[in-house]
Amino acid sequence: MSEQIQRIPVEITVNGTCYKREVEPRMLLVEFIREEINLTGTHIGCDTSYCGACTVILDGNAVKSCTLFAVQADGGEILTVEGLEKEGELHPLQQAFSTEHGLQCGYCTPGMLMSSLVLLAEKPEPEDKDIRKCLSGNLCRCTGYQNIINAVQTAAKDLREA
Amino acid sequence: MYPAPFCYHRPGSLKEAVGLLSELGEAAKPLAGGQSLIPILKLRMDEPSDLVDISRLPGLHFMQNDDGNVRIGALSTHALIGRSDLVGAVPILGDCANGIADPQVRARGTIGGSVSSADPSCDWPTLLHTLDAVIVCHGKAGVRTVPIREFIRDSYTTVLDDAELVTEIRFKVPPANSGGAYIGFKKSAPAYPTAAVGIQLTLADGDVCQQVRLALGAAGPRPVTSDEAENLLRGKVLTSELLKQAAEAIVEASDPPADARGSSDFKRAVLRSLFMQAADRAIERAAGTQIMGNHEYV
Repeated sequence: MSEQIQRIPVEITVNGTCYKREVEPRMLLVEFIREEINLTGTHIGCDTSYCGACTVILDGNAVKSCTLFAVQADGGEILTVEGLEKEGELHPLQQAFSTEHGLQCGYCTPGMLMSSLVLLAEKPEPEDKDIRKCLSGNLCRCTGYQNIINAVQTAAKDLREA
Repeated sequence: MYPAPFCYHRPGSLKEAVGLLSELGEAAKPLAGGQSLIPILKLRMDEPSDLVDISRLPGLHFMQNDDGNVRIGALSTHALIGRSDLVGAVPILGDCANGIADPQVRARGTIGGSVSSADPSCDWPTLLHTLDAVIVCHGKAGVRTVPIREFIRDSYTTVLDDAELVTEIRFKVPPANSGGAYIGFKKSAPAYPTAAVGIQLTLADGDVCQQVRLALGAAGPRPVTSDEAENLLRGKVLTSELLKQAAEAIVEASDPPADARGSSDFKRAVLRSLFMQAADRAIERAAGTQIMGNHEYV
């Protein structure tokens, strides 16, 4: 390791906007999102790849942004919770989490939303067990999960009927 | 949490990657999906001087089944393997691939990384023992193939030298009347298994066990096998009494460490129970029943 800190140029598209930055190789993607481009909806929970609060969508896959270096996402397209709302209207998933009381403290919610969005893109008519499996990497310490599952089912229905 | 500082390299070819690793020496580490490595770096259990990002190297993302000869590129993710056609031909692959951690980890983690890390809790090394897989390695001196039984030397230790990379996993599709099952017991999805059992067997006339491979995971520094337990079953009709004896024999050969996931005795009890469940599922599959399998967690 040389004395000088290495900086790597990256181009990462987040919610449709391309951000060019020079980052230290050890910068985690979640820090890039929160501190370089100031989108703080993506949360750091356990910081050890367990809880899923930091989940974002990278090139179509839900990933834990605390377990990815920003340099690994170079050239990639990311969707965070801030990208869900369109023209002041909540995304059907966000609306359903609200109406079904799928959150209490809300800390895990951005991750829950991003994981669920990938599921609904693949399976517009999920069974409850699909939702449980999809959210197995997203921990919630408030709700007991049942209302989250109801919310995803409600959103799935709303999206099918939209 | 930040890892210690390191230099980052993104070589464009396998040759360049091997050259870089060779030049940088043992303080450098390859980075693929990072799902084992990055948590280790963040906890500063390792502080490599350099990371060589091999995740975009061309030619290592593939899965093939040519007349029963399976080849899986080292950069294939758990998610892609779990959704592939290979799972129909070799169901035990699906048990493993779809049970590893959670969807987010499966989308990034690779089979080559899992095998190379030789983490005693990683699922692929144990699973690949049941299929007598061969690991293809590329290094400065060229290509060599190493049977999985010789590949993993100890916990976190393989036969790979500093500038050698796993590029491919090979095994044969088991013959007709074969069945296998892999079950890991986990406290929650994202957690590593407390214990895991893989069984792959082939039945002949009258339900006689013709061939069998047994392996235990997270049950010692490296995957646990037992010739004694396999010999007990080979050539016999598989009664539950006989299976219990085989379970006893292989669990006797295990050395599960006491840790936050449980005491050694608890883990041995889990291994015995998983062994009987996996055996039942493997026998049902060998008889042609299609059953979904997965890791068990509470």
